[in-house]
Amino acid sequence: MSTVSTTSAADGQLRPLVPPSPVTLRINGQDHPLQLAPWTSLLDALREYAGLTGTKKGCDHGQCGACTVLVDGKRINSCLTLAVLQEGADITTIEGLGSEHALHPLQQAFIDHDAFQCGYCTPGQICSAQGLINEGKAQTEDEIRELMSGNVCRCGAYVGILAAVKEVVDAKR
Amino acid sequence: MNPFTLTRAASVDAAVRDFSGHEAAAYIGGGTNLLDLMKENVAHPQHLVGLNKLPLSAIESTTGGGLRLGATASNADTAWHPEVQQRYPLLSQAILAGASPQLRNMATNAGNLMQRTRCYYFYDTATPCNKREPGSGCAAIGGYNRIHAILGTSEHCIATHPSDMCVALAALEAVVQVQGPDGERQIKFEDFHRLPEDHPERDNTLKPGELITGIELPAQGFAENFAYLKLRDRQSYAFALVSVAVGLELDGNTIKEARLALGGVAHKPWRDRAAEDLLKGQPATEATFRKVAEAVLKEAKGQGTNDFKIELAKRAIVRALTQAAAGEQQASDVFTNSNP
Repeated sequence: MSTVSTTSAADGQLRPLVPPSPVTLRINGQDHPLQLAPWTSLLDALREYAGLTGTKKGCDHGQCGACTVLVDGKRINSCLTLAVLQEGADITTIEGLGSEHALHPLQQAFIDHDAFQCGYCTPGQICSAQGLINEGKAQTEDEIRELMSGNVCRCGAYVGILAAVKEVVDAKR
Repeated sequence: MNPFTLTRAASVDAAVRDFSGHEAAAYIGGGTNLLDLMKENVAHPQHLVGLNKLPLSAIESTTGGGLRLGATASNADTAWHPEVQQRYPLLSQAILAGASPQLRNMATNAGNLMQRTRCYYFYDTATPCNKREPGSGCAAIGGYNRIHAILGTSEHCIATHPSDMCVALAALEAVVQVQGPDGERQIKFEDFHRLPEDHPERDNTLKPGELITGIELPAQGFAENFAYLKLRDRQSYAFALVSVAVGLELDGNTIKEARLALGGVAHKPWRDRAAEDLLKGQPATEATFRKVAEAVLKEAKGQGTNDFKIELAKRAIVRALTQAAAGEQQASDVFTNSNP
């Protein structure tokens, strides 16, 4: 396959020369067999193909952190990786951290500390905070601020976010 | 993003072969810069060679007493690696001064070297840019150029290299190990990135198809007297307006050995050997540092909106050298004293 664009087939239909191919993503402990084009971002695969819309698309350029998920326990921006490159990895989204009936400690702390207004950045904030806890580097408020700087909140709920993350970090010590 | 094909290479040999077998191929490591450029239609490869399955993520000691950083080790794993933190704290701090935790988890060491400029005009396909489209002109010259270069510019390009990590690697005299269709070779760090001259579309001296396999650090890590000072528009998650990497070896108050490199001021990490020579044998005093700062910026040329960088760079050099000589680290850096 040397060229990749659309072509005119005999029936006059435009078809991509790179058809979707089978990709199995392991998300929240479950295998999801999907048909994906190579250029599908992990974010789009989660939202549009796996039906997991908890992960949010903000800037789609790795600047806002709304799309943060955990891959093998490490936080990444799902908008800046391709789904096919994550085949074989263990992906955790906000849906995998807690449920309506059993909230994750970070989810409870975000509620307790009023850590959101519109809530759009919240799944990314919480996945990022879980990544921060997994890393085990940030303990003080300054350290948490620095290591949460990849998640932007347009409502400006930073005071509550910091308090919520600090509470869970402290509880883990 | 334009359509493309993709294969995930299982070995370096297979990656190099796969690259050579395709028109307009590109290697993809963490993807944090390349995918962004593809979304903006600045980069449009027809084929991607995925590198994240390659066995190149080790960080290990070398027989010469140095440390080898695997090409696909993440920036985060490198910065937090105990050997890097203890022996090359300058590198650790420079990496942690860049990007965000998420991006550092994704971005690879080789990819950090390969990242392209953040010049607004390079990203804006509605404007001319000799780096994006050779011969089209430079909109930054005479445009809004607050983040642009003050040293080593050409009439064709005033873009800067955006990396923090690379400024430390320049000061540490790292060596880049590559493998390509013609075999393996090593490139001295100061020869890896290039100045724009007549070909701003070329960021570095890699030949077509060459793949970075590792970065080797020599034994001398300047772990006692060093500084990475980064000045930017906000305290975290912003590119440098000016950054300074310093490594000193002191004998009492006399400078025995010195390294000095600047970021945010040129098309490549700006190591200044003449300035290093000026430091050697001199007392570590403010008078020495001021003299050196003046010398480093002697040929600097502002472009209008970035004129402030010349004075900023001078003061940053004096401050970084002062901190390094005192064995102090940047007070505002949260993780400066985080020994593992």
